[in-house]
Amino acid sequence: MSNKFWIVFLHTYVTKLKSKSFLISTIVTALIVFGISQLDRIIEAFSNDGQKTIGVIDETNGWYEALQAQFQTNKETSLVRHDGSEEQAKTYVQTDQWYAYIVLDVQNAQPKVTYYAKNIADSDVTHEIEQALQQVKIAMMAKQIGLTYEQINALYAPIAMEKVALEQHAKTEEQLNQARAIVYVLLFAMYMFVLMYGSMMMMEVATEKSSRIMEILISSISPIQQLFGKILGIALLSLTQFILIFSVGYASMKNSDMLRQLIGMDELPLSLILYGILFFLLGYLLYAMSFAVLGSIVSRVEEVQQMAGPVTMLVVAAFIMAMFGLNAPESPFMTAMSFVPFFTPMIMFLRIGMLNVPTWEIVLSIGLLVGTIAFLFVFGSKVYRGGVLMYNQASSWKDLKQAWQLTKK
Amino acid sequence: MGLVLQHVTKQFGSFVAVDDVTLSIPKQRMFGFLGANGAGKTTTFRMILGLLEPTKGEITWNGERITYKHSHLIGYLPEERGLYPKLKVKEQLIYLGRLRGLHKEEIVKEMRDWLERFKIPQYEDQKVEQLSKGNQQKIQFIAAVLHRPQLLILDEPFSGLDPVNVEMLKEAVIDLQKKGTTIVFSSHRMEHVEQLCEHICIMHKGKPIVHGSIKELKRSFGKKNVIIHGELPFDTLIHIPGVIKMEKTVEGVRLQIADESVSQHILEHIYSKGFIRTFSLEEPSLNDIFIEKVGAAYEQ
Repeated sequence: MSNKFWIVFLHTYVTKLKSKSFLISTIVTALIVFGISQLDRIIEAFSNDGQKTIGVIDETNGWYEALQAQFQTNKETSLVRHDGSEEQAKTYVQTDQWYAYIVLDVQNAQPKVTYYAKNIADSDVTHEIEQALQQVKIAMMAKQIGLTYEQINALYAPIAMEKVALEQHAKTEEQLNQARAIVYVLLFAMYMFVLMYGSMMMMEVATEKSSRIMEILISSISPIQQLFGKILGIALLSLTQFILIFSVGYASMKNSDMLRQLIGMDELPLSLILYGILFFLLGYLLYAMSFAVLGSIVSRVEEVQQMAGPVTMLVVAAFIMAMFGLNAPESPFMTAMSFVPFFTPMIMFLRIGMLNVPTWEIVLSIGLLVGTIAFLFVFGSKVYRGGVLMYNQASSWKDLKQAWQLTKK
Repeated sequence: MGLVLQHVTKQFGSFVAVDDVTLSIPKQRMFGFLGANGAGKTTTFRMILGLLEPTKGEITWNGERITYKHSHLIGYLPEERGLYPKLKVKEQLIYLGRLRGLHKEEIVKEMRDWLERFKIPQYEDQKVEQLSKGNQQKIQFIAAVLHRPQLLILDEPFSGLDPVNVEMLKEAVIDLQKKGTTIVFSSHRMEHVEQLCEHICIMHKGKPIVHGSIKELKRSFGKKNVIIHGELPFDTLIHIPGVIKMEKTVEGVRLQIADESVSQHILEHIYSKGFIRTFSLEEPSLNDIFIEKVGAAYEQ
């Protein structure tokens, strides 16, 4: 690698690193990640508006006490028996003394409840009441029939089903759930980063071209070196941002119960993370190269989006398939798609995360992907060389051919 | 030695952009390319720089083919002006200078000298997009000469500049030539080429239709101009044998004549017809030669 390659590489990296847009997008994303990881605490902080009191007009015999017992341990909701008129209960609710009140009646041993509140949007409270009543109902019925406590428990004991995969190395249920969460997070990150940095790459090339500085650049450095310097400079930038955001996420999740349970952060499978980084980089190279080549044949920055369309669609398609595949990773369709180079980074990664994929399949798919990237580099750098010298009124995919011809003798 | 083009041809598909150009530009010369838009000037420059591969022929600088190894020896000001709009002048020049093989310290020193010379030292830390077009062009010129190239290629260097800046840039170009730089430039402003170059090449539809020293070209052209200012009936002058063309000016007429001797007939003809303020015999201008050779009116 020559000296000039490093100049372009560092220039691209440092200029973008110092730019306001990078700073802002990093901070905003880090905040969002931090926010999600602290979601349980945030919700707690907001919902800390004291106990909700619910009045109960009991028209039954003894149900209130049983219901009250159910709510004993509930810190957020408490029940109050109301012996006065319903009019009075209404006033309590309207003056915010009570959150709501219920009228409880029993007909043919079935409880009948009417719930009155200012609005009925809060399904949490009604759900709680329903559940508690269900419990009470079971207890009441059982007493009628004459069942003991143990008998009831036996009746409602959950079925103990253990899933055992017969294949060696197949993932256990727990591992699968964990893998699903990690794969989901990494797939999403891949999708975001490839799209974001791929189009940054394209904008960068199109801007240099439309601002006409390209001709000066490629008279002092070969377009191929310049292209590589740029692609790798932006790759380093994306890694920087990825690591920054990942660190923020990791640091804040370490203290958060919810996500630790969800992902099982204690034993993050290292190999999966490494595969994630490998596929992320290969995917980035593939798409960045495609975007850069398209950027080189665009004459004006405004045309970038239009030209990028088909490639963007590929990324989106890969992501949608991967989301679908999270629930059916072993389907033949997913297996086939995981060998299509433009989908491999996401779908093969998903399969590796969820299944026990034979090594030859992994090697083959990576081989195909690397081969495609190599082909794109050879083809793309020729088109790029010609494309940057070409200024047309309106750009189209046909210009690829014209750009190719421009580099011929 | 210097810059040598041998039978250089460039085809884009079936379109011939440059057709069999053979030229030799000795070192330390100022060489002008003239031609209408689409005559093949920019394509020729791009081939000299190695941005495009000639279909046929060879281009050498001091006997070697030009590749990216030589990029520190070559300076280029493209026809289409452009810089990074969001970068500061200094950052911009450092980046471009380093790509030409300079170190940061050299660039800063050289840059300050040039900014001083162009009377814009205050713009060092400003973003390019905040500069006027003329000043952007000066910055781009600096980017082309910062590394003291041996061969400097300027594609339409003066277009879009006001007269004061044109003078400033012309002086800079002349200075560079005196210091030993070989300069190749294109222009469609005849007077610039006439003032700066000893040697020219007129391109038309990819072909070099005339090339050589300007003095030589004018001498071999034969035709001369007669300028007459005064109060006279000019209309009959066109009928004098040997008068090729008549052009009315504010103060009188400008006649193109086949050779010197015709001027004497004209003088006899107008003598005593009225008041003559000026009567002069002049060398043909480059513009006359251009129009004659290219055979078309050309925007001045």
